[in-house]
Amino acid sequence: MATRNLAITGGRVIDPAQGIERVADVLISAGKIAGITDGSSGSVPDGYEQIDAAGKIVSPGFVDLHTHLRDPGQEWKETISTGTRAAAHGGFTTVCAMPNTDPVQDSAAVVLDVIRRSAADGVVRVLPIGAISVGQHGKQLAPMVELADAGVIGFSDDGNPVTDANLMRQALKYSIEVGLPIINHAEDKKIGAGGVMSAGTVATRLGLAGVPVEAETVMIARDLHLAGLTGARLHIPHISTMGSIVALRSAKECGVNVTAEVTPHHLTLNDEWVYGLKGEVPEQVGAEAYDTNTKVNPPLRSKFNVEAVIGALSEGLIDIIATDHAPHAFTDKVCTYNEAAHGINVLETAFSSVFALVDAKKMSITRLIESLTAGPAGILGRDLGSLKKGFSADVVIIDPDSKWVVNSDEFVSKSTNSPLDGVELTGRVVQTIYQGETVFDLNSAAAHTGAAAGAKA
Amino acid sequence: MANPITTIDAGTATDIAPKTPSEVESPSVPRRHLFDMDDLTAAEITDLLDSAEGMREITTRDIRKTPALRGKTIITMFFENSTRTRVSFEQAGKILGADVINITASASSVSKGESLLNTVKTLQAMQIDALVVRHPHSGAPYFISNHTDASVVNAGDGTHAHPTQSLLDLFTVRNHVGDIAGKKIAIVGDVLYSRVARSDIMAFQKMGAEVVVSCPNTLLPDEWQLGSTLDASTGFGGLKLARNVDEAVDGVDVVMALRIQQERQEAGHLPNLREYSDRWGINTKRMALANDDALLMHPGPMNEGVEISSEVAHGVQSVVEEQVQNGVAVRMAVLYTLCAPGKSVRVGGVDEG
Repeated sequence: MATRNLAITGGRVIDPAQGIERVADVLISAGKIAGITDGSSGSVPDGYEQIDAAGKIVSPGFVDLHTHLRDPGQEWKETISTGTRAAAHGGFTTVCAMPNTDPVQDSAAVVLDVIRRSAADGVVRVLPIGAISVGQHGKQLAPMVELADAGVIGFSDDGNPVTDANLMRQALKYSIEVGLPIINHAEDKKIGAGGVMSAGTVATRLGLAGVPVEAETVMIARDLHLAGLTGARLHIPHISTMGSIVALRSAKECGVNVTAEVTPHHLTLNDEWVYGLKGEVPEQVGAEAYDTNTKVNPPLRSKFNVEAVIGALSEGLIDIIATDHAPHAFTDKVCTYNEAAHGINVLETAFSSVFALVDAKKMSITRLIESLTAGPAGILGRDLGSLKKGFSADVVIIDPDSKWVVNSDEFVSKSTNSPLDGVELTGRVVQTIYQGETVFDLNSAAAHTGAAAGAKA
Repeated sequence: MANPITTIDAGTATDIAPKTPSEVESPSVPRRHLFDMDDLTAAEITDLLDSAEGMREITTRDIRKTPALRGKTIITMFFENSTRTRVSFEQAGKILGADVINITASASSVSKGESLLNTVKTLQAMQIDALVVRHPHSGAPYFISNHTDASVVNAGDGTHAHPTQSLLDLFTVRNHVGDIAGKKIAIVGDVLYSRVARSDIMAFQKMGAEVVVSCPNTLLPDEWQLGSTLDASTGFGGLKLARNVDEAVDGVDVVMALRIQQERQEAGHLPNLREYSDRWGINTKRMALANDDALLMHPGPMNEGVEISSEVAHGVQSVVEEQVQNGVAVRMAVLYTLCAPGKSVRVGGVDEG
């Protein structure tokens, strides 16, 4: 536990949980937030180390409800060590680890192993998510009470939708026992019929089998009705369609106990990115097309749906942003589009990519930060995501004016599967502090990138 | 003193030169790859078809062999079964004097689990000039082109494109009707899954023809509506989607039937093939709705009695066998254009020397 006293001075402090948005100093002592001053004093209390944050944004550390750390079982894609470092680079001080590991996190033994190794190897907080069903096979409920006792924050068979409606009903009912949300990857695979991208003009032109938006929407509608039936907590991951938003609005109006997340890529990228020209539509399809780094599930949607999720997040109907950080190895992506694995490497670009929406005046910076801090912390029901006195000193410092070009070879993540490689973004995390300790500092990170790239190769 | 290399090239030039050398000129912009019809302008397509005329003359000679691509290595890599496309590419390459090596997925290291990337890298290491690829996944030729220096020719990728089929279809129609511009083409069948349909729509539209398609609604992309005309944003602007097959074939110059696969029935796209045949099959009655001298085409292999009746498949209007014959000449033109990019320079040098 950190013992240093830290004063982050002169930054624009944004803490939506407390309704704070002003230039102030944040004081940290013994790994906890010691307080926020009324204004910036310009001076540092005795015994405090100063971080000058003038011109920067100072926010609570981000909380990601949806991260794939791949550990145990697929350590060639990511590990707890590399994944939590990638999180720190992206400003995240808490990540919730999806259970689709090998073995699956469907027993206390596996969950406790992840918790133990996260404490040892991780640089930020890791909160595991337990499986809904044994082995994520969708046949038999996993021992939810055992998993909750071990420390999981919710249940998900992520990647594998719970197709059996009765099992979903029972999972929701049983979850009331522990009060934790059920997080169901909402996709009717039958409607999708083997599609590899979102159905529509781009899919038709590229000759790729398309998944209609309804594959997601109908499953979300089912889950919302079952949540209504049971009164249980439902959390909808990576919502991506207008139809899902309509269903979500209606369910919330009816008092269904539901929250929803959207990913940075569904907020900022559309299906035209599959042409491989960073969103440009080519006259003729070229060798850069079929960009496998755009393959993700749910697939990147049309501009219409992208605008819909931006609007729903901005107004608060969609509660939070979660990354669905899904690292994949070279061989999973250097292949045909059909063969490629689903998933995008998100943690290190998440904030900057979505910050473009603030620049475009589609969302306020306060709402953006809320959706990365107070929002997910509220769903977790933990004392996180705020700079309240006594909370863990998890802080991120952001330079809103910094322009940088994404170079996935410099990711500290073990994988490089980002469609944003080579794209210029504005706004960058410059320092991440976890429990009072600096776990990422852009200035010193430059010196480490060579070593990181070498380790990756 | 004569340069021996030049001497060989001189032989090349005279051997292959038809009556007017310009007819086998490469398109003005040399293409390294052929992925789909949207790679080519109308002028380039015309050049290729003109070149194919010269190639067809070669295929009718007593000794069907020229050294035009002597010393070039062409690999045909077929990850899907094929008779006519694979054989015609092989024959085209051999008539032009290239060394042609055929690889199939089942008889290569692919069956041992070698990835497409490593297969291509292995072939790349063997100094090949052209890679003719058929693959069940859309976009595979584009992927391959990023990992080889060879010219890549798409011989059919998934449900995306089949450009050499389109070129031979254009060639066949042109031989019968002259100018394709202003002609009407009806394509009847599995539009959703057919790479031939996609490339042919693009090809015939590019040459100024009017294209109409007809098929069960289940075999159209969801965003296409029966009875509408597509706009430019679809990439198939101007394509008409007929409400029924009789409307589609009414007064057209060409009727093209596409193969309907048994799997479509199993996947729930169709109740059964009998109903398909009854409702969408091309038969004497439907051909009678087209122009009197309309051509009947089919890319093969045919399911006679399903999408096409035996009467019309082997009737006087059928050009199905001509399509196969023309496949060799058109593929010769494609291989020659891609594999001999320095040809015009060398031919010019010889003429002057």
